[in-house]
Amino acid sequence: MTTAVLAAPRGPLRGLSDFLLRRPGVYLALLLTPPLLWLGIIYLGSLFALLAQSFFSIDEFSGTIDYTLTLSTYGQLFQLANLDIVIRTVAMAAAVTLASAALAFPIAYYAARYARGRMKAAFYLLVMMPLWSSYLVKVYAWKLILAKEGIVSWAAQSLGLTWLVDAILAIPVIGGPSLSTSYIGTFLTFTYVWLPYMILPLQASLERVPHNLVEASQDLGARPGQTFRHVILPLALPGMIAGSIFTFSLTLGDYIIPQIVGGSTLFIGQAVLTQQGTAGNVPLAAAFTVVPVAIMGLYLWAAKRMGAFDAL
Amino acid sequence: MPFDRASRPLKAAALGGLLFLHVPLLFVLLYAFTTEEKSYQFPPPGLTLKWFGVAFGRDDIWSAISLSVQVALAATAIAMVLGTLIAAALARRQFFGREGLSLLVILPIALPGIVTGIALRAAFNLLDFDYGILTIVLGHATFCIVVVYNNAVARFRRLSGSLVEASMDLGADGFQTFRHVVLPNIATALLAGGMLAFALSFDEVIVTTFTAGQQSTLPIWMLSELVRPRQRPVTNVVAVFVIAVTFLPILAAYYLTRDETPGKS
Repeated sequence: MTTAVLAAPRGPLRGLSDFLLRRPGVYLALLLTPPLLWLGIIYLGSLFALLAQSFFSIDEFSGTIDYTLTLSTYGQLFQLANLDIVIRTVAMAAAVTLASAALAFPIAYYAARYARGRMKAAFYLLVMMPLWSSYLVKVYAWKLILAKEGIVSWAAQSLGLTWLVDAILAIPVIGGPSLSTSYIGTFLTFTYVWLPYMILPLQASLERVPHNLVEASQDLGARPGQTFRHVILPLALPGMIAGSIFTFSLTLGDYIIPQIVGGSTLFIGQAVLTQQGTAGNVPLAAAFTVVPVAIMGLYLWAAKRMGAFDAL
Repeated sequence: MPFDRASRPLKAAALGGLLFLHVPLLFVLLYAFTTEEKSYQFPPPGLTLKWFGVAFGRDDIWSAISLSVQVALAATAIAMVLGTLIAAALARRQFFGREGLSLLVILPIALPGIVTGIALRAAFNLLDFDYGILTIVLGHATFCIVVVYNNAVARFRRLSGSLVEASMDLGADGFQTFRHVVLPNIATALLAGGMLAFALSFDEVIVTTFTAGQQSTLPIWMLSELVRPRQRPVTNVVAVFVIAVTFLPILAAYYLTRDETPGKS
């Protein structure tokens, strides 16, 4: 090979290289200093700045921030209207997570167990493409589909099912004047946008279910449903929880989907945006962001105990 | 094997799920050609190519694209350097704080984007930073690091340690080994990571809302059109453009790293 006849180098670079080889600690420090400075200062620094803000309060008369430490902002957070926002968001995140798991399972199961070779590669790409394609375009697609004059209404009309759509929209709480301004629309859009994040880890954990366990269960006389419930589902659970971390966390922090497809009531993300933007109450906005962080902290802790991180 | 055929309901459910993932984007494609300007009427009353011309002539769209490309290039460059450094450090070594560091890398995408966004804004405000391309890049690079890191660390783990040792035994120093042995082996993984980072940055809107000043990146431009539509078909054309621009790097990234993806197992 040509590389074998490279002239033996002399000089400062060689010296530096030898020095680093003899002191792996220094080498490691050199590797890690730039990224640690970046993440430590810019990212962690910002997070601490945010956390600090939540212990300040806003002066009601002047509208300026009062820089004395107080817990009163957190007190405001627990007012009924704000608690409402938190509950609504968490309920939506839970519903979206369950729906994603139900939709993802057949795709992941088929891809893991039956698809082979080219077919498997195709499945992988077919899940990756929508995962990486533009978030806003995906949201926009649902605005088109759910619009009053859009595809769903047209399909319902052609099939003579307009009464069904109207009946669904008449359901209290989840209904609304039209699909694109109801919780149903918000829910559908969330589920659509986050579904690929559930499929990938679920498929990874299903790939690891030993096939002889399934066969043993069948040999011992279990019906397919029983094998599914007692063998496959428990083994796939860590993957499902890993996927739910994404669907849950992404729904908790999103402020764009409910703004574009949904009613006028706020979700946590929108509350943060209004508080820091139009209302100018940065401390309350900061306190609001602590809510999803705390919920995700608990969630991650529980997920770790159930072994979900091994499935990532 | 008699049991090893997928049942019909399973096939149908899997196919239905995949259709659910893909059909909505086809509608966006269709709407780029509609002649209807004021509503999202379906089926479109007629088809036309004129919106592509209209979009092409719009200066605000071009300046948004140009800003997005600049930001994505800068953020990708930073993320590629930092992500590769972390991957090189974490791939094979055990040291104190290793777990903490890998958590720190993942945190910017594990926490909801709005947290990252408002945290950066709070910090910029405290420091009296001027909002502009610099603040956007700072935010984007932070969450792009993990994408490069993921690709690079998988390749570093596959790179056999004996190759590096052989190079050193033959008299190459650390830099030569990196240049002639390590880099050719990790290059495609880095390229793939860089492409995904570019796609991620090019499309990002949640953090950008908080870190941008008066300028619009392409996603910010689109978001304002979604909230207050002005010329709907032009937005549709831009949406199709965005689909195409993100599609290519993702496909390329897949082909560059497919030995490491489950598709080839």
